[in-house]
Amino acid sequence: MERVPTPQTASPPATGAAATSPVRLTINGMDQALTLDNRVSLLDLLREHLHLTGTKKGCDHGQCGACTVIVNGRRINSCLTLAVMHDGDEVTTIEGIGTPDHLDPMQAAFVAHDGYQCGYCTPGQICSARAVLEEIAAGIPSHVTGDLNAPPPLSAEEIRERMSGNLCRCGAYANMLEAILEVADTQGLPA
Amino acid sequence: MKAFSYERASSPADAAARAAQIANARYIAGGTNLLDLMKLQIEAPSHLIDVNGIGLDRIEETAEGGLRIGALVRNTDLAADPRVRRDYPVLTRALVAGASGQLRNKATTAGNLLQRTRCVYFYDPNMPCNKRVPGSGCSALAEGAVSRQLAVIGTSDACIATHPSDMAVAMLVLDAVVETVLPSGETRVIPVADLHVLPGDTPHIETTLRPGELVTAVTLPPPIGGKQSYRKVRDRASYAFALVSVAAIIQPDGSGRIALGGVAPKPWRRDDADAALPKGATAVMERLLAGARPTEDNAFKLLLAERALAATLAEAKE
Repeated sequence: MERVPTPQTASPPATGAAATSPVRLTINGMDQALTLDNRVSLLDLLREHLHLTGTKKGCDHGQCGACTVIVNGRRINSCLTLAVMHDGDEVTTIEGIGTPDHLDPMQAAFVAHDGYQCGYCTPGQICSARAVLEEIAAGIPSHVTGDLNAPPPLSAEEIRERMSGNLCRCGAYANMLEAILEVADTQGLPA
Repeated sequence: MKAFSYERASSPADAAARAAQIANARYIAGGTNLLDLMKLQIEAPSHLIDVNGIGLDRIEETAEGGLRIGALVRNTDLAADPRVRRDYPVLTRALVAGASGQLRNKATTAGNLLQRTRCVYFYDPNMPCNKRVPGSGCSALAEGAVSRQLAVIGTSDACIATHPSDMAVAMLVLDAVVETVLPSGETRVIPVADLHVLPGDTPHIETTLRPGELVTAVTLPPPIGGKQSYRKVRDRASYAFALVSVAAIIQPDGSGRIALGGVAPKPWRRDDADAALPKGATAVMERLLAGARPTEDNAFKLLLAERALAATLAEAKE
């Protein structure tokens, strides 16, 4: 699935311009200064250069959500953005959310509710799930929000809709939903 | 992905001037469509101009009482803006009907308007496509092709691709205007209705933008009230492109505006169809879809559009 760029077959960049760029960014609280091939996606930077393999490469086209990470406080598909576009940005991956010894509440809830089966989509699901609760708390509307001028409710319907960019081939959705609702409940978010 | 050089622009004028100096340069903002296409080598720019840092990320009120939306405002921020939710709810509804939360956090207002079709034959480099390789033929019109998703009106013998945007359909029904800057430094305004062009025999030409022209903002006229809705019909409940969508603004007297998505190479609207609104959905669709040339695969869209509008009109009366 991983494909190493093959510069010998690629066409040269515009005359006089560099095919690599310097970039400084903070990943899970650690400053990183790198010079990267312009083609390196944020996802490939994480996995291939920094060996943070928690973030998964699924479709590599923004359709499955396995590569979801948090950039400057927002969830994005790390496959559809270039690493060199993130100069100065703060990136949080699943490794920055919790560790086996100190699980984040969302990770603990996914374990408690068996919210994963093969586990491949799980890091992206957990990054998304945390962001979904923040998006609801921030009042950001979704496709299923009834009244656009009122805060969206924290309902199963809202969570399902907002998690729709993360696909699970095992079909563990019901358990994930239970886990997310439990975390929402313990955070005291209004239903 | 083909190799390319990369730079960050410092201002809109700087970006446009640079684009004119470098052959085969492209702007990049959210990247959610361009990088997808670059991975498949459907797009292969030799140079990328990153426009993220050029200050076009604000929504401001205009002197006329409307809103000026910076080209780089993210779809999430536009949908969530309290003024948009209150005064232009059709726009919020269209935005949240599109893509996923992750994509809306990156995708921009200008990028959404300029995204390319998701026609499966455009996306498959092994198949002929007049939009991707001019003159190579249209696979969607070949014997046995799958055209369920594709356009029923505004098409040509060269191309039946649809414009995929939901946001653009709402922008059309709101009479939004696009503001741009040219490499010369000159600026101009283009009604959204005039931004996209029909395929004719040049389906690779999709907009009226000139080489190097950069979209800087989209302006909404003052609010016009009415019951505003965006009804999107698709093959699954969420995160899919429209088979048919209806953007509607219906006034208490039954007059209003209608635009369709998913049926044409551009967001689709006709003034004479709007005029027929008091007569009901069938009368509107007789005008709006007059001259439609569906395939056997997608002829269902004609009836689906009428029923989606009928449901919209019934809801507006509640």
